[in-house]
Amino acid sequence: MGLLSRKDAKLITDPLADNNPITIQVLGICSALAITAQLKPSIVMAISVLFVMGVGNVVISLLRNLIPSKIRIIVQLIVVATLVIIVDQVLKAFAYSLSKELSVFIGLIITNCIIMGRFEAFALGNGPWKSFLDGIGNAAGYGLILVIVGFFRELLGSGTLFGFQVLGDPVEKTGLYAIGYENNGFMVLPPMALIVVGIIIWVQRSRNKDLIEEN
Amino acid sequence: MGLKENLHKLKMKYEGKKMAPAFNALHTFLYLPNMITKGGTHIKAADDLKRTMNTVILALVPCLIFGMFNAGFQHYAAINGMPEGMSFFSTAFWNMDNFLLGLVTVLPLVIVSYGVGLAIEFLFAVIKGHEVEEGYLVTGMLVPLIVPVDIPLWMLAVAVAFGVVIGKEVFGGTGMNILNPALTIRAFLFFAYPTWMSGDKVWVHEAVERAGTPDAISGETILGSYAQNSDVMYSLQDMFFGFIPGSVGETSKLLIIIGALFLIFTKVGSWRIILSTLIGALVMGLIFNGVVDAGWIQEGSKFFGLMSVPFWQHLIIGSILFGAVYMATDPVSAAQTNKGKWIYGFLIGFISILIRVFNPAYPEGVFLAILLMNVFAPTIDHYVIQGNINKRKKRLKVKTA
Repeated sequence: MGLLSRKDAKLITDPLADNNPITIQVLGICSALAITAQLKPSIVMAISVLFVMGVGNVVISLLRNLIPSKIRIIVQLIVVATLVIIVDQVLKAFAYSLSKELSVFIGLIITNCIIMGRFEAFALGNGPWKSFLDGIGNAAGYGLILVIVGFFRELLGSGTLFGFQVLGDPVEKTGLYAIGYENNGFMVLPPMALIVVGIIIWVQRSRNKDLIEEN
Repeated sequence: MGLKENLHKLKMKYEGKKMAPAFNALHTFLYLPNMITKGGTHIKAADDLKRTMNTVILALVPCLIFGMFNAGFQHYAAINGMPEGMSFFSTAFWNMDNFLLGLVTVLPLVIVSYGVGLAIEFLFAVIKGHEVEEGYLVTGMLVPLIVPVDIPLWMLAVAVAFGVVIGKEVFGGTGMNILNPALTIRAFLFFAYPTWMSGDKVWVHEAVERAGTPDAISGETILGSYAQNSDVMYSLQDMFFGFIPGSVGETSKLLIIIGALFLIFTKVGSWRIILSTLIGALVMGLIFNGVVDAGWIQEGSKFFGLMSVPFWQHLIIGSILFGAVYMATDPVSAAQTNKGKWIYGFLIGFISILIRVFNPAYPEGVFLAILLMNVFAPTIDHYVIQGNINKRKKRLKVKTA
């Protein structure tokens, strides 16, 4: 890693695995359940959050010495809200159907606990470069889980990936459907998202026993 | 040299090895363990978990055999027309043709259910290094009884794998599960593959293939007919004896009652839960009858058909009786306290009929009601125990004051 020092690189790689915001800190679950029935919205959501977090963390970090601590939550909210509105407007302008599909959940990025959490826990106490890396890392960790969940839910629930029928046509009975395969309707329902996230958490913790909480 | 010695030798050979739990399971399934507890005083009883489980299986066998005959009977009745004036011992029902067809359709369900379920149990036992747990013995028997005859085997296999892993193993295995595993499997099938689990085509063997041909039949269940306000073509006697379409083992109310008496007599099933579930169902049925009598629901309302069913008939249509006897009484997922059992059972019956009548998408609400109350069972127990503690505290205060 020539570009990044080892410490800086850890800011990005840690949230991808051993300090993942969804599977370890269990934050941002609601959006992970709501929009992961298909892969495309999952990826759009991941990119939106990546943008909001990367830029937001830098802004807050630059302002950190100017913000009176009594009103810091309001300032943070204004920063997130501004960024989310930008994302929302861009999506409406360039990807209207997707924006319809994601509906209220783009707006709800504001309430994504990961974002406020990183502002509070990291950006308020570190410089802009470090904060940027931290924001990107956490958003990527969040996005990674979203994409994994979205992949399995779309593949098993609808038999498609990005809308392409990878398993054959269920109406014409081609591909796998010719031998009696059927889509799993349960996968499209939100409870299954929770179960898939649970299985990811299970696999991760059985591979790395240090992550198992004592209680 | 008998089987017992051979098994014992195998067990000794593999002691301490990774595969040991698998051999131990085989050994103790067939014979008493040859291990003897040393030192101290012990209470000796012949009933361990495996014997308890086997008792439930014995109680289920009549339902399974009846289910096989019924699978064939429904198939031929759909083709040749329903024989008139059936009594319980009619040869129109108990004949070889019916049984052979049933055997061919139902036996694979049993094999897949046990095969997949036990494979997962063995796998987890070997990975986690504990003994194989007996819990799947009953679940594996229940599963084929609560699915339609024609369910594709791979769907059943997927559902069993899901139910055993997510419904039981993640909570720590037998005795730790919150939900009834058999019902978890059914719920998974119901939500994942609804076209194979509900409607009027799945309950009779090969009805799906015949749809649209001159041989097409209307093989809907009685609940299905009521929900659509259409006429029911079965007599009360047919319903009670079980000559009706439905899931494999839930149709014969007579055999379920015999099974229930057997379970109560051997003290394996809790009579409190069975009784209170039935009371709950009757109460809800009475309320609906009252609503109809008061004229609040007019004919032509979509609820009219099911609401006007005489309250006691709710017990012999659908699977409430099977659920009450074999599912609600699962000692792991049910409430543990006696008072808790009354509340738990009552609410199961009450909610079952509520779902049955009000939600046309779920013609049978029994499994949903039991799963819901499984979740609440620990809460019910908590408040029953707290209530008792508070009562005793008060008594103590009165005495000391």
